[in-house]
Amino acid sequence: MTASRALGRLASLALLLLGAFAILLPFIWMLSLSVKPQDEIFSATFQLIPSRLEWQNYVKALTETDVPRYLLNGVIVTAGILFFQILFAVPCAFALTHRTFKGRTALFGLILAALLVPFHVTAIPVFLGFAQIGILNSYWALILPFVPTAFGIFLFRQFLSQIPADLFDAARVDGLSETAIVWRIAFPLAMPAATAFAIFSVTAHWNDLFWPLIATTDPDLATPPRGILFFRDEESGDDVGPLMAAATLITAPLVIAFLLAQRKFTQGLATGGLKG
Amino acid sequence: MELKAVTRRFDQSMVLDAVDVTIVEGSFTALLGASGCGKSTTLRIMSGLDRPSDGEVLLRGVDVADRTAYERNVAMVFQSYALYPHLTVFQNIALPLTMRHLGALGRFPVVGQLVPGSAEARRLIRSTVETTAESLGLSEVLSRKPNSLSGGQKQRVALGRALVRDPVLFLLDEPLSNLDARLRVRMRAELVALHKRTEKPFVYVTHDQAEAMAMADQIIVMIKGKVAQAGSPRDLYDRPATMEVASFIGANSINFFRPEDGWTGLRAQAPSAVSGVRPEHLAPSSTGQFGAHLETVEFLGSETILGLRTAKGKQLTAIAAGDYAAPTPGTEIKLEVTPNRVHLFDPNSGQRLCAEGA
Amino acid sequence: MRPISPTLRSTLTNAWLAGPATLALLAFIFVPVTIVAVLSLTDYQFGARSFGWVGLDNYGKLFGSTLGRRAITNTLIYAAIVIPVSVGFGLLVAVGLFRMSDWAPRLSNVLRSVYFLPVAATLVAMSVSWQMMLHPSLGVVNQTLIAIGGTPQNWLSDRGLVLYTLAVIGIWQSIGYNMVLFLAGLAAIPADLYDAAEIDGAGGNWSRFWTVTWPLLGPTTLFVLVITATNAFRVFETVATLTKGGPAFASDTLVYALYREGFIYFKAGYASAITMVFFAVLLTLTLIQFRLVERRVHYR
Repeated sequence: MTASRALGRLASLALLLLGAFAILLPFIWMLSLSVKPQDEIFSATFQLIPSRLEWQNYVKALTETDVPRYLLNGVIVTAGILFFQILFAVPCAFALTHRTFKGRTALFGLILAALLVPFHVTAIPVFLGFAQIGILNSYWALILPFVPTAFGIFLFRQFLSQIPADLFDAARVDGLSETAIVWRIAFPLAMPAATAFAIFSVTAHWNDLFWPLIATTDPDLATPPRGILFFRDEESGDDVGPLMAAATLITAPLVIAFLLAQRKFTQGLATGGLKG
Repeated sequence: MELKAVTRRFDQSMVLDAVDVTIVEGSFTALLGASGCGKSTTLRIMSGLDRPSDGEVLLRGVDVADRTAYERNVAMVFQSYALYPHLTVFQNIALPLTMRHLGALGRFPVVGQLVPGSAEARRLIRSTVETTAESLGLSEVLSRKPNSLSGGQKQRVALGRALVRDPVLFLLDEPLSNLDARLRVRMRAELVALHKRTEKPFVYVTHDQAEAMAMADQIIVMIKGKVAQAGSPRDLYDRPATMEVASFIGANSINFFRPEDGWTGLRAQAPSAVSGVRPEHLAPSSTGQFGAHLETVEFLGSETILGLRTAKGKQLTAIAAGDYAAPTPGTEIKLEVTPNRVHLFDPNSGQRLCAEGA
Repeated sequence: MRPISPTLRSTLTNAWLAGPATLALLAFIFVPVTIVAVLSLTDYQFGARSFGWVGLDNYGKLFGSTLGRRAITNTLIYAAIVIPVSVGFGLLVAVGLFRMSDWAPRLSNVLRSVYFLPVAATLVAMSVSWQMMLHPSLGVVNQTLIAIGGTPQNWLSDRGLVLYTLAVIGIWQSIGYNMVLFLAGLAAIPADLYDAAEIDGAGGNWSRFWTVTWPLLGPTTLFVLVITATNAFRVFETVATLTKGGPAFASDTLVYALYREGFIYFKAGYASAITMVFFAVLLTLTLIQFRLVERRVHYR
């Protein structure tokens, strides 16, 4: 290896490490503050590593605040959204790929058109409608608007179109109804697509702030991002330790899941980029 | 099973044109034809997966046009096997029984265990599947997933899934075409044995005439969406109804002589007719009726295939006995046509002209 | 009992399978889009019993008023910073990590995960952490500045700085995503092209990049640019968490203005007009993106 090449590698390594440190800094800072004793947080000298670990911040966040409630809401809302999305999207995608009917092309056109509409655009009318039927401030308000997922249908359609029709014909001969074919054959086979979609959907809705901010005012219904803002706005600034512990707790599930299944996560979230 | 004047159109194109087919109880019928001739569509119409645009589908004398494949209780084996990759071999074979014996609730995982009567149904399913698997030599692989099986095993699983249901009719769509040559011959024998054992009618789609000749007791040759000829393998071989059928049936493709090719053959009776002579009915002989130049010699052991060319440039194939001492290529040899083995066809319609032949 | 006709049965099955999703799409996407377009021409307020038609007044107000214009220019400035910088850094990081995977595959993978981390993390929670880092007296940023002899800044409350601070956070969040897309593009470049370039005398790092990598990454780059643009125009979480559009609307953006006007001041008509403008921008970008996806599919 030539010296110039070694130098080049060293330089790029140094720059990449520097960049990675910059990327990590907010995470490190969050973790560091979350275990710092209060007096160290408010000392004017810069200290990245706390002198002693203050686990009390976590205890406080978990017992004296609504953080567990926010996490639970996050689970309910993301699981609810995902459940209904799949319940609606998979049969539709199956019909689009393995059945023929009048208006199939039109329906696919509709789905492509729906892909063009960002959620923010529909917020005002959906809010009006929900206010009208009185379901604002409920789990339904947080779940329902995301049930029709053009992106999900699109993704499942792409995947199911690659599965040979013979398999579904065999199931028909075996006596499965079309509904049974969807759930017993098509859905298990579409697991890779479902996983990618689930990762995308859960990440998007766990992290979403826009709609929870609009649809709910009740702190008991706050999803994690909404909740942490409640927390921050209630504390007058002297509870930084527990606040950062809460931020850590809220970020942790997805970050841990990402670290455990990096390839799937990267794929799922990159696929999500197709969505407008 | 009977198809009466069944027609199937996809958009503008006519895939099946007034097809009549009769499948007798206990028979082994081969639907033979080149790809795109409509044989698979015919099978799908029999199964109930597809419905005819026109015509009737009768099963044991009853019109079943409105019934699904399951309601007709037909079984189908697919070219790709169509095994469910996410289920084990056991679950694959058991699926049709599960659908039959367990209600919607009983099929649910966990909850299903609690449904009354489900335990008994499960026992019945288990024993049926195990018996079937045993008869197909699959007992060892019941807990494996299809992707880990060999081609032959997959084939057997597909058969097993058809067998467990005890159907009234077996429909097989080129089931052997994905196997290698040796396995294919073995599975042929197994299929014939299976047919004997079940005594149920089999309908077998294939583009391989050797397969059809070897297994079927009735062959239906389909050409361009029509039934060209239906009959026993011997019928088809001895008395092909058209030139197309004649060229489809037989291990070595038949020689056609047109009037301009020189040899007169039996043209005395019909001067403009095309005469067809199978290579196996054309052999070198010192007393032969006509001569041709030898071009190629393929020695196969039991026989020798000769490629020849007549003085007028017509290429021919003839078959000599295995012990035939072939002269050097280029030599002119005399050829003898087996008597009564010349088929005469109308040059325009391709239809068989008269009844001579075997 | 005679079974119902197969045609009817088939129609019912199709309706049962595709109907719910179709109805939901209509109810939650197409009908709302129509309503929002209509509302943008009215002076409707949430809770009001009636409304009047005002034509294009709402649009006039958005483009004519200082506040409306500020939201638009802020969004444009934000996008103009975030798009090139995060795409550029994303490309640099991707090329660096891609090379590194030859001689240090483990480390390359670890760094790749690190850069991607902000994409998976909850942006609101991370914004709270940023807030602490940028705290005027206690934050690590100002403390470091003081330590090296710089002047501490009010990153989030200085009118001239706040938009740039938000842009930095936006870049921080999107580099990893762009990197992943670029890495996929890099992996798709056939290795023999590099060999060919080397034989043709373009073997140095720099010339390799300009003769092979960059031209072949062209389509990927366009795609990444458009995706980053759509995300930049949607900026909301950081604004809502850190500045609420302030101070004095210095960090007001389209989506935040839409939220504020619609759901804090309940001016549904005006907020609908903002929505429509936002929609028009995103629609254009998404249509370009669709074209690019299509092209990638066709030419590969």
